[in-house]
Amino acid sequence: MARKVSPRRIWVSTGAAWFFGFLIFLPILWMFLTSFKTELEAFAMPPTFLFFHWTTENYATVQSRSDYFHHALNSFIIAGGSTLVAMLIAVPAAWSMAFAPTRRTKDVLLWMLSTKMMPPVGVLVPIYLIYRDLGILDTRAGLIVILCLGNLPIVIWMLFTYFKEIPKDILEAARMDGATIGRELVYVLTPMAVPGLASTMLLNFILAWNEAFWTLNLSTIDAAPLTVFIASYSSPEGLFWAKLSAASTLAIAPIIVLGWFSQRQLVRGLTFGAVK
Amino acid sequence: MGQITLQGVRKSFGPVNIIKDANLDIENGSFVVFVGPSGCGKTTLLRLIAGLEDVTGGQILIDGRNVVDVPPAKRGLSMVFQSYALYPHMSVRGNIAFGLKMAGLPRAEIDRKVEAAAATLNLTPYLDRKPRELSGGQRQRVAIGRAIVREPKAFLFDEPLSNLDAALRVQMRMEVTKLQKQLATTAVYVTHDQVEAMTMADKIVVLNAGGIEQYGSPLELYERPANLFVAGFIGSPRMNFVSGEAAARHGAVTIGIRPEHLKIGQEAEGWPGTVSVAEHLGSDTFLYVDAGKLGMLTCRYVGELDLKAGDRVSLSPDPARLHRFDKEGMAMRA
Repeated sequence: MARKVSPRRIWVSTGAAWFFGFLIFLPILWMFLTSFKTELEAFAMPPTFLFFHWTTENYATVQSRSDYFHHALNSFIIAGGSTLVAMLIAVPAAWSMAFAPTRRTKDVLLWMLSTKMMPPVGVLVPIYLIYRDLGILDTRAGLIVILCLGNLPIVIWMLFTYFKEIPKDILEAARMDGATIGRELVYVLTPMAVPGLASTMLLNFILAWNEAFWTLNLSTIDAAPLTVFIASYSSPEGLFWAKLSAASTLAIAPIIVLGWFSQRQLVRGLTFGAVK
Repeated sequence: MGQITLQGVRKSFGPVNIIKDANLDIENGSFVVFVGPSGCGKTTLLRLIAGLEDVTGGQILIDGRNVVDVPPAKRGLSMVFQSYALYPHMSVRGNIAFGLKMAGLPRAEIDRKVEAAAATLNLTPYLDRKPRELSGGQRQRVAIGRAIVREPKAFLFDEPLSNLDAALRVQMRMEVTKLQKQLATTAVYVTHDQVEAMTMADKIVVLNAGGIEQYGSPLELYERPANLFVAGFIGSPRMNFVSGEAAARHGAVTIGIRPEHLKIGQEAEGWPGTVSVAEHLGSDTFLYVDAGKLGMLTCRYVGELDLKAGDRVSLSPDPARLHRFDKEGMAMRA
């Protein structure tokens, strides 16, 4: 029997859901509004909500003072590059652990996850020194490597879980049907794993895009992505709230657009296998 | 042609011997069923024939050629899996055509063969559907279609009906048997269900703990079980076993009597007992009789018998249908 829910409860629950949804969204909305205020209005007490003097001056200043497109391009290259490299390593790794496990597979998986438990600041100095000696400080390649390594455990875990979900019988059926390993990959495994691959790539891209610790510490100008661009607006002379908001809005815009268009894939991928 | 011969086939996983020295001759065109309790190695034996597992020792000959080093696809066999194992992202057409596509057949020929297989299995209206849009029985048919379209030397079935409900299972059982006779292709069929084995097989292989206990036609197994295990496994309800003095009188350590070969009377002769449960099915009556020292005996009476729990009965075995076993549990022939 279906549970009975009174209309009043539906109203209350719906109201509460909207309230909490709005609460979560508020900082982003506020940032967006602030980016159109003057520096003076950004500080105003009591704060103004919608009725202020709208201006796009902050965006112009931000672009002229620190080149937005330069940083955005860096973010794209670093996030995209680290995602691609991570996938190249993770797909075969997850494949072999899912389909040809050994006695040690469980241990390897746990060990990989354990590396994520260490605070990154613990290895900042050695990594910095290594990067300096190799001459890859403030290079995109250097950032791609470190972000890729950082996200690799999660990527392999996610792919491993997806591959595990694929019934072995189907791969055996393909073998009986005469498919070679290569054809099995192309015609059977990959099409079945597409939702998993897509959501893993997306998540990895978002993680790399938002990553601030390593990007702030290992880059200055040439390879600096949007995180550095935002941070440059919190300066010793004080905070420029309106300009900081404009910079932040610009920085998150691409990822919000990407997330918006792929939200269904993302949710499907993350809950894949939870319900048969 | 599809003659399969196993010669001293062994399979171990680490120190565990799953299959111990299996020897078997499967004639071309016959329907052979591997039956046995779970864990007896029947699925492993099938997978060894398929090539999905490598043998530890021995030879597997298909039409006289040793195939132990031949990959699964090159053995000319096709397999139907318990889970159907359909490709979820392909249409029914794609599923059936996949093997032909891998074999590199021309498009027109693939289409023709797929259409023909679909027509045989009543799948024509569903050719463009995805597996998830089909019922269990239809999925099973697609899996069979995928197997027949390749015109293999033999079909291998791994408990293909166990995911279906009872009514559908009976129907599919007949369809599979009919199809196999019509195509006259060798079939090796694994099941744990002895009714499936008895009804479908030309010959049954009874497996237990990795060894072949007996190989013969269903009625041979029923009439002349080679040992206690086969005697107890084949036939439903299972055979009654009696040992001790009653068996010694027949010169055996254990005697076996099938429930249908126990005569029920109320006279003094025979084994006295008390009915503990009576099941009235209309066509048959099953009695579970507490026969004191002899233990619980099951009896089957064709037709209706007006007895209920607590009634005293006397049971006498049909001497011509009595099975005698020695102390190793092997059948003693007169």
